[in-house]
Amino acid sequence: MKRFLSALRRLLPQLAALGIILLLNAMISPGFFHVEMQNGRLYGSLIDVINRGAPVALLAIGMTLVIATKGIDLSVGAVMAITGAVAASLITQGYPLVATLGGTLAVGLFCGLWNGALVALLDIQPIIATLILMVAGRGIAQLITEGIILTFNDKPDLIFVGSGAFLGLPMPFIIWFVMAILMVTIVRRTALGLLIEAIGVNRRASTLSGVGSRSLLFAVYATSGLCAAIAGIIAAADIKGADANNAGLWLELDAILAVVIGGNSLLGGRFSIAGSLIGAMIMQSVNTGILLSGFPPEFNLIIKAVIILIILVVQSPTSQSLWTFLRRDRHPTAKQERAVR
Amino acid sequence: MRSLILLAGTAVAAGLVLSSVSANAMTVGFSQIGSESGWRAAETSVTKQEAEKRGIDLKFADAQQKQENQIKAIRSFIAQGVDAILLAPVVATGWDSVLEEAKEADIPVVLLDRQIDAPEDLYLTAVTSDQTYEGKVAGDWLVKDVGDKECNVVELQGTTGSSPAINRKKGFEQAIAGHDNIKIVRSQTGDFTRTKGKEVMESFIKAEDGGKNICALYAHNDDMAVGAIQAIKEAGLKPGTDIKVVSIDAVPDIFQAMANGEANATVELTPNMAGPAFDALDAYLKDKKEPAKWIQTESKLYTPADEPMKVYEEKKGLGY
Repeated sequence: MKRFLSALRRLLPQLAALGIILLLNAMISPGFFHVEMQNGRLYGSLIDVINRGAPVALLAIGMTLVIATKGIDLSVGAVMAITGAVAASLITQGYPLVATLGGTLAVGLFCGLWNGALVALLDIQPIIATLILMVAGRGIAQLITEGIILTFNDKPDLIFVGSGAFLGLPMPFIIWFVMAILMVTIVRRTALGLLIEAIGVNRRASTLSGVGSRSLLFAVYATSGLCAAIAGIIAAADIKGADANNAGLWLELDAILAVVIGGNSLLGGRFSIAGSLIGAMIMQSVNTGILLSGFPPEFNLIIKAVIILIILVVQSPTSQSLWTFLRRDRHPTAKQERAVR
Repeated sequence: MRSLILLAGTAVAAGLVLSSVSANAMTVGFSQIGSESGWRAAETSVTKQEAEKRGIDLKFADAQQKQENQIKAIRSFIAQGVDAILLAPVVATGWDSVLEEAKEADIPVVLLDRQIDAPEDLYLTAVTSDQTYEGKVAGDWLVKDVGDKECNVVELQGTTGSSPAINRKKGFEQAIAGHDNIKIVRSQTGDFTRTKGKEVMESFIKAEDGGKNICALYAHNDDMAVGAIQAIKEAGLKPGTDIKVVSIDAVPDIFQAMANGEANATVELTPNMAGPAFDALDAYLKDKKEPAKWIQTESKLYTPADEPMKVYEEKKGLGY
C-alpha cells in the first residue's frame, strides 16, 4: 500500500495533466464524461479515448523498456504495418484464428530480435539500428499485401480483436490493460526492472558486475516487437483490413512522446510503465478533444503541439527546481529528509 | 572469335528484322511514379491493357517515387527512339531540361493525372481529372437526393493542405451553395485513411447527438468512407439510410458497401488516363492534329443502381 502511494505521488504531475486535459474536453464537449450501455457495450467519448489509444499505449509499453536501456525503437510503426499485413494475409488464406495470431506474434518477435541483434551483438547505435527496419518495413508490408488494402470482412473472429467488446469494454483496451499489468508484474516483481535500469545507467559497468546485458537487450527489443505486433493486429482488425501504407504511420514518434510525457528520461535509467501509459492516454485525450471541438483541421497539429509543449515545460528539470525553490522555505526539514531518503 | 562475330552479326540482323516488324506499331515509353496506392497500381495495369488493345509496344519504367529515376527513364526512352512518352510526374517542378531534350528529339510527351510547372510547349497535352468537378458531382448528387429536406452534412477531408482535399471541398461547396437546407456542420481531416476516417466519424457521431443530427457524410475518398461506415454501424446506426454516404474515387471496396446498401454514391477517379492519351497521340502522330493542352477525364457517378457487384468484380482484377 505504501509502495502504491509513493508510486502514485511520483506520477502526480502526469495524472494532473491528464485530469486537466479531460476537464478541458468536458468543457468543449459537455457530454464528454457521459458513458452509457449500448448494444451490450459501453459507449461514450471516454471509452473512445481508452479504445483509440490502444496502439500507442501498447507501443509505449515496449518503448518504455527500450528507452530505459538508453535505447530507442524507431521501427515499431513499420512493424505494425508488417504484422498487420501478415495477420490479414494468414487469415484470408484460411488459417484459423489461433494460428494467425501465433504466426503474427512470431513475426513481431522476430522483428524485435533483429533489432536486438543489431544493438546487442553488433553494437550499432539503437537509433540507426532500428531506423533500418523503419525504412524497410513498409516495403516488406507492401510485398506481403501486394500493394493493396488486404481486407477480411468475413472473418468475425479476427475482427472481434479490433472492434469487439468483453464485459462491455472494448477489446483493444482490455488487451493493452492486461499486457500492461503483465509487463509491470514481470519487471517489478522480479529484479528484471532493476537490471534494465542498470543497463540504461551504465551498460559497461553492469556487464562487468555480472548483468547479462546482451540477453536483456535482446529481450527488451523483442518485447517491443511483440507489443508492436499486438498493436498491428488491433489496427488491422479495427478496419477489417491491412493498409501497408498507413498502418502505424508515425506512431513510433507518438509512442516516444508518450514515454517522455510519462516522465521517463530518454537517457535511460529509472522508468515507469504506468507513467508512459498515462502519457499515451494524455495524447489520445488531446486527439479526441480536438476532433470533438470542431476546430478547422488546419489547427489540429498546432493545438496538439502547444499542449504537449506546456506539459513538457511544466515537467522540465528547470521548472521543477524552480518549483522546489519557491516552496523551499515552507517545509525545509521535510524536504531535506525526503532528499536524503 | 569468328563465331562471336557471326553471333553478333546474327543478333544485329535479328534486331533489324524485329524493328522492321514493329515499325508500323507505335512504341511508347511510360514513366510511372511507383505503386504507392491501389489506384496507382490500377492505373498501371489499365495503361498496359490499353496499350495491348491498340497494339502499342509499351516500355514501362517504375520510378519508385523518385524524380531522378523518372528523368533517367525519360532519357533512356529518348535514346531508344520511342515514338512518344507518357509521364506521370511525381513532383510539379524540375522537368524543363529533360522535356527540352525530348522536344529536340521530336518525341511528344503526354502528362498523366498530374500537371507540372513548365512552359506549355514542352509537352503535348495533360490528361487529368478535375478534382473540383469531382466534388461538385458528389454535391449535385446529394442536392438531388435530399430535395427540400433539411440535411446536416459531416465532411471527412483529405490530408490537410493537399490539392485533392482543397479542390474536392471547394467543388462540393459550390454544388450545395444556394441550397440552404444543406449545411456542412462538421468538417475534419481523416488523412485519406480508413483508420482516421473511422476515428473521426466516431467523434462526429458523439458530437452530433449520437448521430441523430447527421443526415449525410461526404468523404473526400472511399477509404475514409469505408472506415466511417464501420463507425456508423458500431454506433448502432444504419449507414446508407440513417446517414447517407457519398464519396470519391470508386475503389472496389466501396462497391461492396454499395451492394450491401451501406453507401449511396461514389464519383469515379478513373484509372484510365492512358486511353485518352493514346487517342490524342494517335491523332497527333498520324494526322498532325494538336490536341488541347488539357484533356479532362470523365468523373462518372456510381449509385447502387449501377450493379455495384459487377463493377466490384471488374475493378478487383486491376490491382486496387
